[in-house]
Amino acid sequence: MSDAVISAKPTDKVETPFRRFVSEFAENKVALGALVVFIIIALLAIFAPWITPQNPYDLAELDIMDGRMEPGTVGGAGFTFLLGTDDQGRDMLSGIIYGLRISLTVGAGSALVACLIGASLGLLAAYAGGRTDSVIMRLVDLQLSFPTILAALMILAFLGKGIMNVVIALVLVEWAYYARTVRGTALVERRREYIEAAQCLALPTHRVLFCHLLPNCLPPLIVVGTMQVARAIALEATLSFLGLGVPITEPSLGLLIANGYEYMLSGKYWISFYPGIALLITIVAINLVGDQLRDVLNPRLKK
Amino acid sequence: MTVYLVRRVLQALLVVLAMSLIVFIGVYAIGDPVEILISPDADQIERERAVQALGLDLPLWQQYAVFLTKALQGDLGRSFVYNEPALKLILQRMPATMELAFGATIFALIIGLPLGLYAGLRPDSRFSRIIMAGSILGFSLPTFWVGLMLIMVFAVYLGWLPSTGRGETGTLLGLRWSFLTWDGLRHLAMPALNLSLFKISLVIRLTRAGVRETMLMDYVKFARAKGLSPARVIFVHVFKNILIPVVTVVGLELGSTIAFSVVTESVFAWPGMGKLIIDSINVLDRPVIVAYLMMIVLIFIAINLIVDLTYSLLDPRVRLESKGT
Repeated sequence: MSDAVISAKPTDKVETPFRRFVSEFAENKVALGALVVFIIIALLAIFAPWITPQNPYDLAELDIMDGRMEPGTVGGAGFTFLLGTDDQGRDMLSGIIYGLRISLTVGAGSALVACLIGASLGLLAAYAGGRTDSVIMRLVDLQLSFPTILAALMILAFLGKGIMNVVIALVLVEWAYYARTVRGTALVERRREYIEAAQCLALPTHRVLFCHLLPNCLPPLIVVGTMQVARAIALEATLSFLGLGVPITEPSLGLLIANGYEYMLSGKYWISFYPGIALLITIVAINLVGDQLRDVLNPRLKK
Repeated sequence: MTVYLVRRVLQALLVVLAMSLIVFIGVYAIGDPVEILISPDADQIERERAVQALGLDLPLWQQYAVFLTKALQGDLGRSFVYNEPALKLILQRMPATMELAFGATIFALIIGLPLGLYAGLRPDSRFSRIIMAGSILGFSLPTFWVGLMLIMVFAVYLGWLPSTGRGETGTLLGLRWSFLTWDGLRHLAMPALNLSLFKISLVIRLTRAGVRETMLMDYVKFARAKGLSPARVIFVHVFKNILIPVVTVVGLELGSTIAFSVVTESVFAWPGMGKLIIDSINVLDRPVIVAYLMMIVLIFIAINLIVDLTYSLLDPRVRLESKGT
């Protein structure tokens, strides 16, 4: 990534829109740092099995004798528990990296599905107008008027606990944000000449929608998408903390924090503290990147 | 005004009806109603009797009608765990949650308004930048983790405040409240602060934006030109105008505060509705779940309605617009 940033300095001869976007993004050092942090986190999560000293899901590797060790102690298996261990003797560092994996997968996966559904409905609402529009937008209003946690609780209460149900709940909670965003942009874009031209060519509706209208609605969608990934990760952690999310054998960050809850009162802070820090860094990094994306992609702020 | 009032109330009733339909479909169509409404310990004969008693052999729309009539009479089923009417359980826990939500709202206002005012008046000072960075953290930090850290710092290490529970309660209007005793207040402080974090950030941002916008208005310039003291200009002329959006948003947020208290109550073992619903979901005590959902939907819609009506009283433009259409 840093290569791309360097080559996009204004000294370059050809200025493509993408290069301009990259150089504008890189103007804000905080956002750039956040992006680097996020990429490191993502890489850690992807290559977790090769990095971590221990597979936290393999019960054979866990030794109950290593339970609740302080950060820095050397365990029975011979390596140092840099961030301590939890009550089952699980190395916290390994647990956190594996937990990041689940959190990122759930967050990004649900955001992607929600984006597909929301964007399609938003486009349809803007393009079809009339009754279709008002039905879809009433649904969006209804969804947005209820707090996300309540809607998620409702869905989990109907469907029961479990990771798949958490994803379904997240998708159902989030699609409305995408639908509203896309509809707003598409309403402006559909009056443009290129849409008229595409319609005059008698292109099929789905082609006009997805090949002509959608690409021009992308910038705000990307911004909302970034922010929603952070929200999804936070919400998944919250639901897992409440015991409604992932199973106890494969803990996500939220569940790791919940596991440490009872030990915290006796001063064993690290079981809850470090997963929380990991969660915090992830969410803040994504939000900072999203903030900068919004500034760069917002046409009203263009110089 | 009357026409507006009637229309808003009718709209609210429609939303209640829609939500009851969603909850009904959720319980009766998606889940297996036998499993949901009849205790899992029941044997085959009991089951069949219950299916008939509950009218599960009727077509779905008739079942909905029965559900609705019973719900209107305040009958939302009995809890499997406590063997008491679900609605009664919820109502018993409600004061604790309300107390927490109001505490959080008060915190948000007494912390958020001054900080937001300062950041709006001196946008470039270092302290303002710290306030704004803090408000971003307030949006990003997961509530439950902040709650744990609060317990760790104030209860475990410093030992200033009790970690969990509601403490001693006093009685007012036949209900038990924590804010009436010193011990109760000490128990209330941390959960209320935890729940208010998000809203403090929100109030700071709203106030700051409002102050910056209002300070440029002609009437503020005029007030200053008249020779009024800066304090009077800020606290009477500016403050009154930024209060309208702040009050609206804080009012609207009350509903989501009550919903989000689920998390805070779980962290601090606060015996409110939120703790009850999480426990109920964990043991599949479905009648309580249904009762909670219907209750909170009702609270939510009532709050929306009240805020809308208050808003139209405060800001005459809203009323005029609705008359025009």
